[in-house]
Amino acid sequence: MIKVENLTKRYGGVTAVDGISFHVGKGEIVGFLGPNGAGKSTTMRMLSCYLPPTSGRAEIAGFDVFRNSLKARERIGYMPENVPLYNDMRVFEYLKYRAALKGVRGRRMKERVGDVMDLCALRDVERKLVGNLSKGYRQRVGLADAMVHEPDLLILDEPTIGLDPNQIRQVRELIRNLGRHHTILLSTHILPEVEMTCSRVMIINRGRIEAADAPENLRARLRTAGDVRIEVRAPDLEKAKAALLEVPGVLSAASTEEDGWGVFALGIEAGTDPREAIWNLAVSRRWAVRELSRTRVTLEDVFAEVTHPDE
Amino acid sequence: MRKFFTLWSREIAVYFRSPAAYVILFFFLLLTGFNFWFVLNAMNRSPSGVSVIEAYFNTVFFWFGFVLPFPLITMRLFAEEYKLGTIEPLMTAPVRDVQVLLAKYLSAVFFYAMLWLPSLLYFVVFQWQTRLQAAPAAGSYLGAYAMLLLIGLFYLAIGCLASALTRNQVVAAIISFAGISLLFYWGFYSRLFPNVSPFLRDLTDYLSPIQHMALFSQGLFDTRPVVLYLSCTALVLFLTFQVFQYRRWKV
Ligand SMILES: Nc1ncnc2c1ncn2[C@@H]1O[C@H](COP(=O)(O)OP(=O)(O)OP(=O)(O)O)[C@@H](O)[C@H]1O
Ligand SMILES: [Mg+2]
Repeated sequence: MIKVENLTKRYGGVTAVDGISFHVGKGEIVGFLGPNGAGKSTTMRMLSCYLPPTSGRAEIAGFDVFRNSLKARERIGYMPENVPLYNDMRVFEYLKYRAALKGVRGRRMKERVGDVMDLCALRDVERKLVGNLSKGYRQRVGLADAMVHEPDLLILDEPTIGLDPNQIRQVRELIRNLGRHHTILLSTHILPEVEMTCSRVMIINRGRIEAADAPENLRARLRTAGDVRIEVRAPDLEKAKAALLEVPGVLSAASTEEDGWGVFALGIEAGTDPREAIWNLAVSRRWAVRELSRTRVTLEDVFAEVTHPDE
Repeated sequence: MRKFFTLWSREIAVYFRSPAAYVILFFFLLLTGFNFWFVLNAMNRSPSGVSVIEAYFNTVFFWFGFVLPFPLITMRLFAEEYKLGTIEPLMTAPVRDVQVLLAKYLSAVFFYAMLWLPSLLYFVVFQWQTRLQAAPAAGSYLGAYAMLLLIGLFYLAIGCLASALTRNQVVAAIISFAGISLLFYWGFYSRLFPNVSPFLRDLTDYLSPIQHMALFSQGLFDTRPVVLYLSCTALVLFLTFQVFQYRRWKV
């Protein structure tokens, strides 16, 4: 559905997108992650035929975004960052106007506008002026606009920003449902959202794609594979710490004391799970154990690792 | 074509939805009405050979009021879309740049026509009330209003260009006001300097809209100004198109 090769965008001297290449297949929901200014919006603007690439190519459903832009645009539903809308129109009027612009007319227009208003829960505000809507509702109007002509591909730039928790859940639900018939490319800063909705993640940093894979594969690939936490009552915490460090797979140990219990946070080698060995150790030393757990790597860790914010 | 119509009707709807449009309409009506009254008054006091039409389109008030609406009509067209960012959803819809440009331009032409249409009523009322002719022949009407349209087409194109250049409506209005004033009052400049060569004076007269109006409102047709205005309009629209595309590529 999307085919991108060596796509580059320069603004004057600044290279916003630096030779990225990727493919998105039909029916995929791809999440675009990256720190501020990474080039997500710029990439999406090029894909939606708003900005021409400085070099490289992008194809949507087989149509080049530059040379065959009209054909490509017919197949894209794009929701820009910050959702610019005409404030002087009423919601239903705006959606009708947008549908007509995208070539939906007659009875189908009526149906489609009704459908998207139902899908995005816009019925109660359909007669309101767009300029008087709250941010969340504007967001939904933008989403409805993107879907109104039943495009093959939806490009959504931060679709859930500014929504309340209930609306976020509804929009995620909506996106997951849409994913059955549409290909979706969305950008977001909410990492758990990506894990919930996306089948694939691309992390972009300073205009380059640093990682692209399914969220669980990304987590598995991370070097520090998470921590193990154990809380024991041992006669001598220092000795216990030394013993724990001898267990194969344990790289580091930090201990604190909490009302008589020793609390250890153990750094673990990637690809290993020494919990059984630790348990056996505790049993053989006759320590009382009240917790033995593993903290999972989150996408947040992956994100931090890949984009090196502290550099 | 249908998409053009969709775009065009939205642009027109925007005019008639904004309170500013009615303020412009109101003051313009006031000004043209005053001009009409002024002309009749002056003619009553000192009868002369000119027709009402000719006098009406050749007063200071006409010159003054004629230039003012152009920046106000056109400043919004592109600048507002840039400012609000709505240019992005607009240009990512499957519409051609030409369609957008022409829809915007022709909506301004439509509003301009709405602005001048009521002035016809003055002459109708005049003829009906006084049973006198406002003009010796239909040619005067035709000439005056054709010239109104021709100059209007050109100046609206200039306003369009100014609006496409900036995201600030006020800046757009200033640019187009400066440009249009320069062109419209062109014929006066050579009068300011008594020693200019006859060639320069002829040239400025030939290009002066005030001269064109004076001629046409007497019912005297000349193809040269027609060609001049139409080709200038086409040129400025072409420039606007280039600027619009360039902006789109850069923003
Ligand atoms: N019109 C422009 N002119 C000049 N530079 C620009 C322009 N638009 C974006 N940039 C630059 O391009 C880079 C990428 O911007 P972009 O908006 O794509 O980031 P982003 O990943 O969407 O960030 P965010 O998470 O903040 O939305 C930034 O360094 C930005 O300053
Ligand atoms: Mg962005």
